[in-house]
Amino acid sequence: MKGSIIVLLFFIAGCILGTLDIIPFDVQESNMSMYILYALMLQVGLSLGSSNNLKSIIKDFKPKYLLIPIATVSGTLLFSAFASLLLSQWSIFDCMAVGSGFAYYSLSSILITQFKEASLGVQLATELGTIALLANIFREMMALLGTPLLAKYFGKLAPISAAGVNSMDVVLPMITKYSGKDMIPVAIFHGILIDLSVPFFVSLFCRL
Amino acid sequence: MFTIIGIMFTGIVLGYIFRDMSFIKNTEKTISFTIILLLFIMGFSIGSNDRIIDNLGTFGWQAAIIACSTTCGSTLAAWMVLTLFFKRKEGENER
Repeated sequence: MKGSIIVLLFFIAGCILGTLDIIPFDVQESNMSMYILYALMLQVGLSLGSSNNLKSIIKDFKPKYLLIPIATVSGTLLFSAFASLLLSQWSIFDCMAVGSGFAYYSLSSILITQFKEASLGVQLATELGTIALLANIFREMMALLGTPLLAKYFGKLAPISAAGVNSMDVVLPMITKYSGKDMIPVAIFHGILIDLSVPFFVSLFCRL
Repeated sequence: MFTIIGIMFTGIVLGYIFRDMSFIKNTEKTISFTIILLLFIMGFSIGSNDRIIDNLGTFGWQAAIIACSTTCGSTLAAWMVLTLFFKRKEGENER
């Protein structure tokens, strides 16, 4: 829990520094976060490769782990449908399209803005795209910071589902720490399947 | 996506080859440090993105409702899968 708070403080510090415009440096241009993510994945690999029970981790992979991505998809879609009850200006399928981002904020917001332009017009499509961007950033943050609590109260699979696509990258080290090293193959497998499902579900709900 | 998976597999192979070296045991600390750095940079790029900051007041609460709802939904679904399909089997093994 202490680790999460430190991470949150650094995240907030970064946000504040970013809004102030005092550092003349374009992070998005430089792709810096991508290289740091690469460094992170290399270290996750190193720690997995050097662990004493590497063989048993791989051997223990079972077909029933397929149920986890199914749980993520059905839980997310059902509850984004519930969320539409509170958001009267958007239809149930609009909300499900936003939910189908599964925390993949960059891709889902671009897809939604594009797909919705024809039916909603540029203005509303951009608004829904922005909501998708924000909602999926929030989800990533909640999964990243909430992993210790989710693992404690809802079991070792909950952080994987909550993380959506990020179970294989940004949130993976936290999952490793709080759900255990044996969850790494499951989390990666889950991340890949959810990643592939994002364009499918987003375009599906944008057309309905 | 495949770059990320590829880099991780490179790490697994390197980690396996050098598993007896002492420096490899420090990954837990360096991973925590890298996460902090990553989130700081992510915060910075979100903070300097005007599209996000300018719309936070208008659309922030709608996004928050969907984000909380989807996180709860997937958490509950994962908890159900764990209780229904994983815990029982593990219990049987113990007996």
